[in-house]
Amino acid sequence: MADLKTKRKASEDFEEERYTLKKTNPVVKVIVYAFLVFWALINLFPIYFMFTFSLKSNEEIFGKNVIGLPHDWLWDNYSAAMNTGDMKLYFLNSVLVTVSATLIAIIASLMATYALTRIKWKMSGMTNSFFMLGLTIPIQAAIVPLYVLLSNISKNPVFGKAFGINTYASLIIPYAGFTLSMAILISSGFMVKIPYDLDEAARIDGCGLWGTFFKIIVPLMKPALSTIGIYSYLQCWNEFMFANVFISDSVHRTLPVGIKALSGQHTTNWGPIGAALCIATFPTLIVYIFLSKRIQESFIAGAIKG
Amino acid sequence: MAENNTLKKSKNRKELWKGISIFLFLLPALLLFVSVLIAPIAVSVYRSLQDWNGFSPGTFIGFSNYKELFTNGSIKFMVGLKNSLIVAFFSVFVQLPLSLLLALLLGRKIKGSRFFLSVFFMPVLISTVVIGQLWLKIYNPDYGLINRALDALNLSAWKHVWVGEVGYALVAVLIPTIWQFVGYHMLLMYAGVKGVSPDLREAAMLDGATNWQVDKYVVIPIIKPIIKVSVIFAVTGSLKTYDLVRIITNGGPFQTTEVPSTLLENMLFLRNRYGMGSTISVMLIILCFAFALLIGAAFKEKED
Repeated sequence: MADLKTKRKASEDFEEERYTLKKTNPVVKVIVYAFLVFWALINLFPIYFMFTFSLKSNEEIFGKNVIGLPHDWLWDNYSAAMNTGDMKLYFLNSVLVTVSATLIAIIASLMATYALTRIKWKMSGMTNSFFMLGLTIPIQAAIVPLYVLLSNISKNPVFGKAFGINTYASLIIPYAGFTLSMAILISSGFMVKIPYDLDEAARIDGCGLWGTFFKIIVPLMKPALSTIGIYSYLQCWNEFMFANVFISDSVHRTLPVGIKALSGQHTTNWGPIGAALCIATFPTLIVYIFLSKRIQESFIAGAIKG
Repeated sequence: MAENNTLKKSKNRKELWKGISIFLFLLPALLLFVSVLIAPIAVSVYRSLQDWNGFSPGTFIGFSNYKELFTNGSIKFMVGLKNSLIVAFFSVFVQLPLSLLLALLLGRKIKGSRFFLSVFFMPVLISTVVIGQLWLKIYNPDYGLINRALDALNLSAWKHVWVGEVGYALVAVLIPTIWQFVGYHMLLMYAGVKGVSPDLREAAMLDGATNWQVDKYVVIPIIKPIIKVSVIFAVTGSLKTYDLVRIITNGGPFQTTEVPSTLLENMLFLRNRYGMGSTISVMLIILCFAFALLIGAAFKEKED
């Protein structure tokens, strides 16, 4: 007993000793912290600036109170952005496009991943590499043919209204296509961790491939869904190039294009523009506050394997 | 015998059903992937060899578009390429070292590292359009923060129309680009730093290594593969730059800040040269793959 105690004592001493070894110069420590705080301020300041000027009048922004908190909190800027600036419409468009593209990407990737990782067949490896090509292909590569195709579909009396240029589908389908590779990569990572015994047990119980997929695999893939969903949401919510090229009318604009249009019209009235920027940003930041770890993981998962 | 036959038949049928199932499981993904990525790229390659306005059938002109891209100054492709390479240079030699430094510091188990990590990563999540608009407000010649600050410091002579003057406009695009994605690379590298086993770190410390020496001789060699990924992403990302240029300078003044992607869009909407637009897309794919291979090779050589 006593022996154990001395041993523990010894190890504590050892810990302490190691600690002194590790101890860095306090001056260095202060410099490190000062640097980290300085960089944090550089990251936070533009967001703070955006939020405060979204609540100010032009006199405050241009006058004495450039970077302070607003004297009068002008929430009217937000209603101006929402209503006269049409941000309400753009916001709903963004939600619709993002949710639809994310759902399509999730369904297509789960089904494909199941066939690629849990059914044995000869070409599965090759097919997987084929899908992984999408990780390196820039979206610019497809933009010209897609634009021409969409313009041609627009002329078709039957499909033009639903699938041509200036439709939701013209964004939803390309977005889903361009998140697909990453979605497959992320869901393979999760799906190979599900024990294969489960499949066999289900097979013995009389489940076919489809039964196993829907009853066993899909319910176990819930954590993957949020990772894929977050990744896809961030891609679609912020996407600007396709949205700018494929949408030219004001009815189908998503937030990024809407903001560009709004700031073009209201060059002199900064408050509502700031409000519009906040409206586009805060949903993401709120999600980030609650799911910061998960969001960071989805970025890491995508990059390290890709 | 007959029994054997039916067994075989049912086995065959099972195989067939398996094949059909595999196909059906893959079908949605294949349809999406081929129609949105693969087919358009094939079409881009085909059209890049044509003089085409998007509506006529188009005439085959071989590699003339590619030749024109590099020789015809009015297309500005060389300017665009130079600009995106400047962005790539600063990303690799300013942004990445900063990201690495932050990742190494946060990897030292210091207090509040989670908080700092989350704050540093935040700009990555914000739309580049929002970031662009925000920085336009900061650069604004009359009311922007920079010029106001210069006024306040009695340095009015240093004021500029930041986004409208040749020489400053590209810098005005460069700063937000670098600022926004420091956090992204930091996160990747931090994940690598966290992956370094604490035993290794402690062993080095016991041998009397300082924090800096541990980082230099233990951590950095281990996370080299991640640094490679970051360099590839930074360079290919710079080649693809579009959003911030479109928002902040729109390619101006006098087209000095154009990048390949904005030129590509101009070919469609301003010049009706869809063939040349396709050529620019194909060049972008080639450049991205070429740089990825080159960087990969450079890292391999260093390892040997």
